[in-house]
Amino acid sequence: MSTAPAEVDLPRSADKPVSDRPWVTIVWNDPVNLMSYVTYVFQHVFGYPKKKATKLMLDVHHKGKAVVAAGAREAMEHNVEVLHGYGLWATVRQDT
Amino acid sequence: MEPFRSVRGGGARAWLAAAEASLLRNLVGQIMTLVEPGASDPQDGNSPSGNPRSGNPRSGKSQSGNPPQDDDLAALEAMLYPPGAAQTPEDPVLARLLPDAYSDDPEAAGEFRKYTEPALRSAKYEVAKQLLDTLPEAGGRIQLSHDEALAWLKALNDVRLALGVRLGVTEDFEQEWAKLKPDDPQWTAYEVYAWLGAVQESLVQAL
Repeated sequence: MSTAPAEVDLPRSADKPVSDRPWVTIVWNDPVNLMSYVTYVFQHVFGYPKKKATKLMLDVHHKGKAVVAAGAREAMEHNVEVLHGYGLWATVRQDT
Repeated sequence: MEPFRSVRGGGARAWLAAAEASLLRNLVGQIMTLVEPGASDPQDGNSPSGNPRSGNPRSGKSQSGNPPQDDDLAALEAMLYPPGAAQTPEDPVLARLLPDAYSDDPEAAGEFRKYTEPALRSAKYEVAKQLLDTLPEAGGRIQLSHDEALAWLKALNDVRLALGVRLGVTEDFEQEWAKLKPDDPQWTAYEVYAWLGAVQESLVQAL
């Protein structure tokens, strides 16, 4: 099962050296957070349009997790801090 | 309860009965106690009030004018970041409110936690306090600015996370609730959980 949603356009990185691979912010499904709330947080934190935020929320809900952003490690760690402030279950990892 | 509705200018308003306000005050107060900066995980045995310098018998070393040694830096770090700060809380509610930032790298998760958890605790404490500050003691009309509404969203979510973890809810929580008899000790907790969800949902829609 693919966890990368179509909207977040990650460069193909499997053939790049580890140091060049982007970092990603992952949001995991949990049974408590309201779907409307998660969508609102994606809009509010990332500035995503409602359609994209909803698609990402549904990816989290149906696939168990989704990559919601990609970029530099520090930026992804900052995302996670912010998302934890909202009570979303978010983690960082380097893309594989 | 009258659910939240949006108001002109970006805020939201609602109305809560006295009993509802009192319940919310109690639940939010419990979260504040749990996340209060400096509060230790009740199950990890580390006291936040212990003297972090007591374990360093060589504390006079750097007075000689030499640049600080690794040991001195370690002692300084131990003072700023008390022992246990880098560990995932054992209490499942705290572990959910303050989750690991790395799911497959405990060392990176510990480092991240050491430097960010105090701020995350403060942030959660502050939104809870903002909710209490804008919640009339005896219930009644609640009028929130956009920023206050955002604080309410976060604080309500923390309460729901805590209750959800304690109840062990799944996405089928309404079915789980329906299976309980009204005299089951957990029935009321489910009712409160559902009510908090309705309050939060109305606030999301209002924004």
